Amino acid sequence: MNQNSSPVDYLPILLMFVVALGFVVTTMLASHWLGPKRKTKIKLDSFECGIESLGNARLPFAIKYFLVAILFVLFDIEVVFMYPWAVNFKELGMLGVIEVFSFIILLLIGFYYMLSKKALKWEE
Amino acid sequence: MAKEIIKRTKLEIAKSPEGLEGPGFFATKLEDVVGLARKNSLWPLPFATSCCGIEFMATMASHYDLGRFGSERLSFSPRQADMLMVMGTIAKKMGPTLRQVYEQMAEPKWVLSVGACASTGGIFDTYSVLQGIDKIIPVDVYVPGCPPRPEQILEGVLKIQEMAQNESFRRRESDEYKKMLNSYGIE
Repeated sequence: MNQNSSPVDYLPILLMFVVALGFVVTTMLASHWLGPKRKTKIKLDSFECGIESLGNARLPFAIKYFLVAILFVLFDIEVVFMYPWAVNFKELGMLGVIEVFSFIILLLIGFYYMLSKKALKWEE
Repeated sequence: MAKEIIKRTKLEIAKSPEGLEGPGFFATKLEDVVGLARKNSLWPLPFATSCCGIEFMATMASHYDLGRFGSERLSFSPRQADMLMVMGTIAKKMGPTLRQVYEQMAEPKWVLSVGACASTGGIFDTYSVLQGIDKIIPVDVYVPGCPPRPEQILEGVLKIQEMAQNESFRRRESDEYKKMLNSYGIE
């Protein structure tokens, strides 16, 4: 075997890439040109399970959905942090308890702020 | 090696179309190649509304295995589907939905009407049920039965495969085809 390889030796790999890309592009273009098409208004309409689409999807909706979603993420992360703490409860000792509780208290201050701003009052 | 396995196991693979064969080359008609490809890769769009849909589930499952005929990939978007399989009672309220789905399918498309209800309304001879989906969309193959057995559904799919293979390359562009669609009120 020849131990000294030159860049020319890798030409087949380049060739393979060209052929692979060429095959994909050619088949896609060929099917596009050869296939029959029927571009009517209904055909080009967006597909909504056969129901005629009504209005625009970009509608303004209540900010409360966003608030609830963000709150969910917040408390979700709180739970995520609690799991490793629960697993290593004994090793972390008193320090762990203080750290986790300070974290929860920070979150609860935020929760209290949110309640005082009436973020969960949907009727108002 | 591959040929031996096929011989030993009664395995049937798609036959190449007729053409000019020689050492290192094979020439045939484009129409035949496209027909072969279309025939063996029909993607169904299941429109199952009642008990025929249950038979269809059996058809797709391992025992009957529609995948053997190149149709294992169900398409729930009409954009990628080739074959609309209407299985079950179509109420008149469902009619416009079915029609919209059919119209939004990409050409070329075929329709398989499975069961008595989809084909004729079946036992539901009432004001609320469409008396056959061919009142609103063109149907290629009808499968009788109430509900039909999976073998019958397979037979229907095979008939559509036959149509897909032998269809003229220009059929979908022809005036005749457009006239046929127009008779259903489809552009």
